[in-house]
Amino acid sequence: MSQFADAPKIASLADLFAVAYQIEADAVERYTVLADQMETHNNPELVAVFRDLARAEAIHRDEILRLAGDIDVIAHAQRMAKWKRGESPEESDLSSAHYLMTPWHALQLALPGEERALAFFTSIVESTTDPEIKRMAAEFMEEETEHVNLVHQLLKKYPSPPESWPQESDPPVSQE
Amino acid sequence: MSTAKTQLACKPADYKSDIKPIWCPGCGDYHVLMSFTRAFAELGLPPEQIVVVSGIGCSSRIPAYTNCYGFHGVHGRSLAVGAGLKVTRPDLTVVVASGDGDGYSIGGNHFLHACRRNVDMTYVVMDNHIYGMTKGQPSPTTEPEFDTALSPGGTGLRPFHPLVIALASGANFIARCFSGEPNETASVLVEAIRHPGFSFVEILSPCVTFRPDEKNWKNLVHPAPVVATDDPAKAARRIMTDDGFNIGILYRGDRKPYAPETGQALVELSELEKEFEL
Repeated sequence: MSQFADAPKIASLADLFAVAYQIEADAVERYTVLADQMETHNNPELVAVFRDLARAEAIHRDEILRLAGDIDVIAHAQRMAKWKRGESPEESDLSSAHYLMTPWHALQLALPGEERALAFFTSIVESTTDPEIKRMAAEFMEEETEHVNLVHQLLKKYPSPPESWPQESDPPVSQE
Repeated sequence: MSTAKTQLACKPADYKSDIKPIWCPGCGDYHVLMSFTRAFAELGLPPEQIVVVSGIGCSSRIPAYTNCYGFHGVHGRSLAVGAGLKVTRPDLTVVVASGDGDGYSIGGNHFLHACRRNVDMTYVVMDNHIYGMTKGQPSPTTEPEFDTALSPGGTGLRPFHPLVIALASGANFIARCFSGEPNETASVLVEAIRHPGFSFVEILSPCVTFRPDEKNWKNLVHPAPVVATDDPAKAARRIMTDDGFNIGILYRGDRKPYAPETGQALVELSELEKEFEL
């Protein structure tokens, strides 16, 4: 659990839903930001990839709301689902973005987030003594396992680009 | 279901405008925007109660990307606008955004006097140690050995130390953040906004285009090993001797913020008009 020492403490099922919701909401936000960036910088292939990823995460986010039933997940998440330092597990690293990036890069960017989310829910399953929390965390764990496998499958479809991928005829660094 | 339950609470997304940022992909300022919206949501302030004021530069585009009131002003003059606004409308929350060129060079003198006046507002400087918008000239915080076609052999100049200057000039709250940690930065912004007087938050925000080396900042930043002090001498020693990557609140002062005694105008507008009548 030390890997997630800064994570909010899960003391109830409501806490778990709130944290799971926040993880997916953060992922939606990041992928949307990346899609917007690629739109601004005219990389339509990546716009489609990041919009798809955002859409997939949004489906999971909304599914969590459905599973939570009467629990006010959004308000609860605003109160407690905060990582003291760093970010929630599934947030992709915006600093890795590049305007010429390829779908391979997008998937490389998504993979660590999915793996961290899987590790996070796995750590809850392994550490909680509450059977309800364990059952629901196991469901989330299963879902994240599917995501990790999906990214691996997609990576087979999109091989790594040649080393020349970031080069262009009109580079932005014109002062060197 | 959820919409009805949470309709009263503002979410970070409620503070974002429909305008898409045109910063370079990978720019730290995207994270700063996230920190702004998360902090505003945490404070629970309605967007119309917040004003984001800026000068010129990449970072100064930020007011347009928020749903709050905004003022994208003249180069280096954001603090003058922010201070005037806060004094006139103390009911508003004023956040002034700037970059290291806009804030420490063109607006350097305003910076000193804003700290000294201690008007109750928050000054956020997104420091990337470069003039990014104008293609990579050295800024006041650029390292002396930064060697490019524009500064052959490096600048050879000692960098400006904004936190020390802020402390010496009278800022009432001083913090350093890293853009790549938006949650931590949002928490610091919340405290900065709540703290009375002039709060100064320097955010290390990498320019991935003209300073790709700054991508490594995420490996260099570390939490401040000690809690914030209210002793300026202690704070000065800490800030002067740290490695520049110490993240957290470094000083909390208790100076009384500047505020006019009364909201009443000393002279009626009609009297002034008469005086200047041609």
